[in-house]
Amino acid sequence: MTLELERNVPDPADETPDGLRSPIDVDPEGRTSLAATAERAPAPWRRVLPWLSVGLAFAVVALVVAWALAPGLFTAQDPYTGVPADKLAPPSAAHWFGTDPTGRDLFTRVVYGARYSLLGGTVAVGVGLVAGTALGVIAGSIGGFLDELLMRVVDVLLSIPGLLLSLSVIILLGFGTTNAAIAVGVTSVAAFARLSRSEVVRVRRTEYVEAAFGSGGRWWSVLLRHVLPNSLTAVLALAALQFGTAVLAISTLGFLGYGAPPPTPEWGLLISEGRSHLATSWWLTTLPGLVVVVVVLSANRISGWISERREGAR
Amino acid sequence: MTYVASRVLSSLGVLLGAFTLAFVLLQALPGDAVMIRFENPELGLTAEQIAAIRESYGADSGLLAEYWHALSGALGGDLGYSVASGAPVRVLVGEALGSTLLLAGLGFVAAVLLAGLLAFAASLSPFSWLATLLRSLPSLFISVPVFWLGIVLIQLFSFRLGWISVIRPGPVEALILPVLTLAVPISAPLAQVLLRAIDDVRAQPFVAVVRAKGASEPWLLVRNVLRNAALPAMTIAGVLLGELIGGAVVTETVFARFGIGRLTADALNAQDTPVLQAIVIIAAAVFVVVNLAVDLLAPVLDPRLRRRVQA
Amino acid sequence: MSDLLKVTDLSVAYAGRSGSRTVTHGVSFAVAPGEVVALVGESGSGKTTTAQAVIDLLPAGGRVVGGRIELAGEDVTHASARRWRELRGRRVGLIPQDPGASLDPTKRIGDSVAEAFRIHRAAPRRVLGARVEELLDRVGIDDPARRARQYPHELSGGMKQRVLIAAAIALGPGLLIADEPTSALDVTVQRRILDLLEDLRRENGTGILLVTHDLALAADHADRVLVLREGRVQEHGPSAQVLRAPESDYTRRLLADAPTLATPVHRAARTAPDGEQPAVRVRGLSVEFGGHGLGARLRKEQPFRAVDDVSFEIPRGTTHALVGESGSGKTTTARVIAAFQSAASGSVEVLGEDVLTLDSARRRELRRRVQLVYQNPYASLDPRQTILDAVTEPLANFGLEGSAAGRRAHAVQALERVALPAELHHRRPRELSGGQRQRVAIARAIVLHPELLILDEATSALDVTVQAGILRLLDDLQRERGLTYLVISHDLAVVRQIADTVTVLRRGRAVEQSGTAALFADPHEEYTRDLIASIPGKVPS
Repeated sequence: MTLELERNVPDPADETPDGLRSPIDVDPEGRTSLAATAERAPAPWRRVLPWLSVGLAFAVVALVVAWALAPGLFTAQDPYTGVPADKLAPPSAAHWFGTDPTGRDLFTRVVYGARYSLLGGTVAVGVGLVAGTALGVIAGSIGGFLDELLMRVVDVLLSIPGLLLSLSVIILLGFGTTNAAIAVGVTSVAAFARLSRSEVVRVRRTEYVEAAFGSGGRWWSVLLRHVLPNSLTAVLALAALQFGTAVLAISTLGFLGYGAPPPTPEWGLLISEGRSHLATSWWLTTLPGLVVVVVVLSANRISGWISERREGAR
Repeated sequence: MTYVASRVLSSLGVLLGAFTLAFVLLQALPGDAVMIRFENPELGLTAEQIAAIRESYGADSGLLAEYWHALSGALGGDLGYSVASGAPVRVLVGEALGSTLLLAGLGFVAAVLLAGLLAFAASLSPFSWLATLLRSLPSLFISVPVFWLGIVLIQLFSFRLGWISVIRPGPVEALILPVLTLAVPISAPLAQVLLRAIDDVRAQPFVAVVRAKGASEPWLLVRNVLRNAALPAMTIAGVLLGELIGGAVVTETVFARFGIGRLTADALNAQDTPVLQAIVIIAAAVFVVVNLAVDLLAPVLDPRLRRRVQA
Repeated sequence: MSDLLKVTDLSVAYAGRSGSRTVTHGVSFAVAPGEVVALVGESGSGKTTTAQAVIDLLPAGGRVVGGRIELAGEDVTHASARRWRELRGRRVGLIPQDPGASLDPTKRIGDSVAEAFRIHRAAPRRVLGARVEELLDRVGIDDPARRARQYPHELSGGMKQRVLIAAAIALGPGLLIADEPTSALDVTVQRRILDLLEDLRRENGTGILLVTHDLALAADHADRVLVLREGRVQEHGPSAQVLRAPESDYTRRLLADAPTLATPVHRAARTAPDGEQPAVRVRGLSVEFGGHGLGARLRKEQPFRAVDDVSFEIPRGTTHALVGESGSGKTTTARVIAAFQSAASGSVEVLGEDVLTLDSARRRELRRRVQLVYQNPYASLDPRQTILDAVTEPLANFGLEGSAAGRRAHAVQALERVALPAELHHRRPRELSGGQRQRVAIARAIVLHPELLILDEATSALDVTVQAGILRLLDDLQRERGLTYLVISHDLAVVRQIADTVTVLRRGRAVEQSGTAALFADPHEEYTRDLIASIPGKVPS
């Protein structure tokens, strides 16, 4: 019932005490007011660039997914056994990313490592998305005391720094790739819950939701037909963003030694192992790190693209 | 009840919640640290001895009593004893805290400077290609793993260029790279929020009105836009504190600095839950206090919020 | 005397996605000292673009592609940015449209007014305070010393607009550009602001370029009027002449579509059949906001009484109007009748049901018979739904018209009734214009064959020509189906055309009630007289 009576605040169009009405002219081009300036002039290359970068981001993600699903297609070498004679070779045509102290091909190890990062990112986002969105949607659509309570729980989750929270979960679950992923997912529950709640609350207050009740809609049908579809695009954008964040966090845990055990070619672990040859073999740390940066950058770009499309569709 | 009192009260509630969560995660659920440590057959302890040790750590009393014991202890400043070394947690944390606070504080200041510089340059740049370039920097910074950035910086400045010594650097020299490592990823979201806020404020009708009085762009930015854009940036700065603490832990590991990060790593490897719990609670307390301060400072920046405070 | 502003053959273009688009074509006019020239037009007419070009504040992508702009004899068409900064504030000032958002919220009033002095280093710091108080006094603000220390949110809308005028005239610019200076203000406040501009013109010889969508207002206050449509000048002449003997068809249509108090009423008054129960009966209705709940009680908040002891009746088949300015409680009253708002006390009977005591099932049943149309057609339609789906939804909610196909057929009928072309039925709201969207909202309301339709400022966001079309549609529907209308409006000239009975609300109280013709012919209350006197366009001579 609360869903329906949400808009019981004085309507700003009528009841503002200071004698202001909402502006009269609604210009389809949004240029009614002299004061509406701001946007920058789009030069031709500025219009192409965003599309190019989105295309590139999707291409990167597709490539990394392919690495994870069928690493054998991208490299003929073995990620676990090396050729000792070739140890610590710098990047070359035979070894694109060079080799490590036991002569293993670094590019091969990065390709095989994709599955740990991707799987970990997916599990983490899954945990955060499912738990967080459920909490947020329940809080936002039921409201009242339950809303208050759930949001205080979210405040508590937010107050503990992400890394420390995931370490606390890891100490409970134990080390390992999946456990690290779950631990990272727990830290994103709060973000998903907050966003989905605020979106549900925002959409609930729109006139079209009231209009849906006005034309005889029932609580559930309005929630499913209007509130959720209009709330969840923002959540989708956050999921893409959190995927990038999760890949970062998982590699951090791997680097600290709380993720996959050696000799797993997990990306964070690769960088950690390369540290002992920092002075001589720069590629061991630099190249896997660059791969992480590119993947995270792509996930963030895709997230930005989803948000832009959403704003354009309003 | 005033606004201030209700904000303080809800902050205390969050803090109690964080304490409870840390207790539940680290002490109440199975994974008994004492057992793991002392049931190791190599130590050759008898069952009676283990029971005695358990009792001395208060592990045998009921869960609620244990919670109460931990809570009242924490309120009195007693954070228990390390399972690994037996030393009081308060002493361990006290020794490590100063160095980490220094690193985090400098890192934060550097991040604010970096973000401000970036937002300023991007907003005032006369060339659109430069503005675009500057605007895309934060999304790059945000995608960089902290630990990797530290390693790359060491590689570049210490091994390639030889500007900063890795072996026994001076106290200031030793701080440069860690502070930079920490600042870059923190500055990115800060710069993004600041840029977005500046864009939003610049689209406000009042900015066009000031422009119509003959103001130049730098005048507008400094005297009108910045103050209005500072509030969202300040709010996000408070939230980023969590990232800052996590980043400090990682940075300490990369640069092998002594501090909370080292303490955390050691505690984790030794399953030393009292130490870890204390670190979590202290971090949460810092977070809650800083964000409370941000909330209470907001009316200074925005007079529209003052009415609420006085009510 | 030479012209303050002379615009010759001005063309402005915007760089868009699909290349450059010219939005004004060869616009020419001049403003002499002490003269008010009005640029009149509907949305997309280029009136704002022209005004923006004159002060060099075109949005990014916009630029002058032809013609000349001269300020006091100086050709500024291609003046440098530095020269423009010198001119703005000194030679030409801007009075913006939305006073609510046009003052820096973090600055004190006095600092905003003094800003022009500071920017141009035009006065020594020690005299600034005195100059600011002089200016605030000049624009009719009481107790200027105290107001100068306040922040914008502490002032009313009308007072903010006075402050903005004070800031614009600080350096005594010869020319003021007033961009819809009153369209966000209540009608009585609007009149006082326009009177202030009139004083400035008379006493200081300031030339004013007035941008407005309201032809009647322009004719009341301007010496000369330019009517623009799609970037071209349709009509240019002295106001009286444009009003009395318009040359272009478009101006004639604008005059016909925008009713004033001088416009004759063609609609025959509707009366209810004898002995029938009224459609709506409101008795002693009061609504309160805030002051409830634990937090509010702890803060000792007083509840705000938005509606205070309001009573009225609407006979079946007639139109009743609730009129009033912002804060009058008219929308709140309508929302109680639509069962979207609870009340503190009183009784509300709608179509024989007591709305205030309905359970949710009965309330839902009542909604089949009572429908609401909102002010903003951009907000009241789900952006993800197609038009046809939006109109079919109410039928599906009540399980009417048998099958899904039957419901669709009915929805198509409703859309045809509101004259929405079939090719638009599968589009989404954002692909439609404001007027088309409002037709969709009306179709969604009438598809259920309701008995009472509540129209909450349903046409006030629309251009006058579009508004006229919607009003005709509503009138036809009422005649065909014997609908009862409750109209919420701030526009008395429109109310006079469409309502049978009127309740005037002020600060939640019913000030005056009577038949429409009687109210306008012989208003009893001072407030009603003031409201009617504030309507622009009463000088038909």
